Amino acid sequence: MSEQTDPATESEPLEPEASGESFRERFRLRTVALYTALAALVVFYLIPIQSGLVTSFKTSSAVRETAPFIPPLSADAFTLDKWQFAFDALSDGVINSLLFTIPSTILCAIFGSMAAYGLTLTNWRGQTFIFALFIAGIFIPYQAVIIPLSEFWNVWIDFESRLGLLWGLPLLERRHATILELIVTHTAYGIPIVTVLFRAQYKSMSQEMMEAAKLDGASLWRTYRKIILPLSVPMFAVVFIFQFTQIWNEFLFSLIIIQSVSDPAASVTLILSGLGQALEGVDFPLRMAGAFIAALPTLIVYVLFADKFAEGVRV
Amino acid sequence: MKLRQLVARIRNRGDGSAGEAEKPRTDGGATATATDPRARTRFQQFRDSEFIQSAPFWLPPFLLMGFFVYGAIGWNFWISLTDYSGFGSIDYFDLSLENYREMLNDPQIWDVTQNTFVLIILFTLACLVLGLLLAILLDRKIRFGRGFRTIYLLPFSLSFIVTAQFWRWMYNFEDGIVNQTFGFLGLGQHSWLGDPGLVLFSVIFALVWQFSGYTMVIYLAALQAIPTDQYEAARADGAGTFKMYWRVIIPQLKPAMVSASVVLVLFALKAFDFLYAIWGWRPRRGADILATKMVRESFQRQEWAYGASIALFLFILSLAIITPYLYQQYRRGNL
Repeated sequence: MSEQTDPATESEPLEPEASGESFRERFRLRTVALYTALAALVVFYLIPIQSGLVTSFKTSSAVRETAPFIPPLSADAFTLDKWQFAFDALSDGVINSLLFTIPSTILCAIFGSMAAYGLTLTNWRGQTFIFALFIAGIFIPYQAVIIPLSEFWNVWIDFESRLGLLWGLPLLERRHATILELIVTHTAYGIPIVTVLFRAQYKSMSQEMMEAAKLDGASLWRTYRKIILPLSVPMFAVVFIFQFTQIWNEFLFSLIIIQSVSDPAASVTLILSGLGQALEGVDFPLRMAGAFIAALPTLIVYVLFADKFAEGVRV
Repeated sequence: MKLRQLVARIRNRGDGSAGEAEKPRTDGGATATATDPRARTRFQQFRDSEFIQSAPFWLPPFLLMGFFVYGAIGWNFWISLTDYSGFGSIDYFDLSLENYREMLNDPQIWDVTQNTFVLIILFTLACLVLGLLLAILLDRKIRFGRGFRTIYLLPFSLSFIVTAQFWRWMYNFEDGIVNQTFGFLGLGQHSWLGDPGLVLFSVIFALVWQFSGYTMVIYLAALQAIPTDQYEAARADGAGTFKMYWRVIIPQLKPAMVSASVVLVLFALKAFDFLYAIWGWRPRRGADILATKMVRESFQRQEWAYGASIALFLFILSLAIITPYLYQQYRRGNL
């Protein structure tokens, strides 16, 4: 008996699918609901950005008179002045930020790849413990290190006065001392996450390959250069994209190490934090224009390489 | 499917017998037997020295990172025992627990700690729920799925300083979109960034906007790892969509949920940048958290030693979250 009822119960849920019309109707309703939800979410995620963008092109009177999400429609509501002003204020900051972001991104990637290789594709005791220290380094609240950090750079190291001779050379300026400090700092604090990213990839590589290289008498260095590095090119791309946005967006270290918004080495985020702050109130169009200039490099990188960025986030 | 696998298997076997497989076998066997007795010690030596050999790779990054992370934390602890303040130099040998006693008697610290916990809990829960919703919506065959994902994750790629500008404008009392929407719906206008009872929730909402895309990505990766026949099996059992997710799919997302929560909690602990970009050194009363108080005490009021003791408190809080997580990962062999 039971054997006979089994196929019957199995076929039951299939039946509504077979009875065409109502199912198709339901399916279409579902699809409409799904895309409506997705579109509503798009509005939710984009409206702060969209409102900022349209506001940045408005004159002060247009800001007061029109709704915040409506673009400036008439000619006298539209202005590029705020963008011009914001660009003048932030252009030095953009250059400074590039000067420390690019080298520290590259250094992070190199150090991270090496550390992950030494900790993953070799075999010695205590590896896991050392790696755990790397992981914990990702999660450290930076508040716990900033007082020693400012003490270290401003009192103990003080490149600005110690390397005084260098700043007379062509192309070098005093502000580069602070930039150098930022490069070292960002590299040091970027190493843990980059190491974890590379390790995730190296772990999935076959141990047999390493064994084979070892049997061939290849040194660790040779194996790294000839086998591992070529295979980690995609991961290097992920790390470059992820770390570039992270370091570019960073604020606390800039605040602690550069200290003053008017410092010639001020980074773009530091200048932006003080932009358009006047006694008579906040100049919102100027702040919005500034926010977009500060966000532009990361936005470009993000839009071009969204998949790689998502991959970097995932670990 | 099965036929193709079978064909592939047969083909592999065919290739093997065609002569290629024998070569490596004899080769490997020959080297193994020839060098076995003598090379054993050499092999052991080799293994022992792998620690030394690999050191050039991991030691320099480790020293650099170790100095700036663990060295600095130790240094911070030492400073917290001194009475360093103002512009003077640090007397490293006049140590006491005075700062910690001061912290216990600081009436602000309890408010600030409470705010920190409310922020952490609400922010993390909201991100987990919204992120899950987004992931479930996107984890099916939809047009422009990638485009949607890119848009939802977009705020996460922006700096706190940038998003803070957007939200100052959104929350603006007269012209901001939030108040205009509330006015349109007849809910009245509110001082989102001024009212001490509201500010924390305004901040949490903005942070959820920025971080829910992150949780979505974590969940999506986990969802995509679940084999499709589980969905089909649940469907065949007659489970509805909601029941299927609740009973079958969501329980499997637990590891992803745990690791996302750890990251979110730690983000919330250091949400300093966002608050600083809105209010400067001192956030509104209701939105002051440990991270902002620590930076204010040290870098604005120059009570360095006291700031260092708050920093240590913050560090211990995050340690309380990281340690169980790392231990669990270690037990599972994920490290």
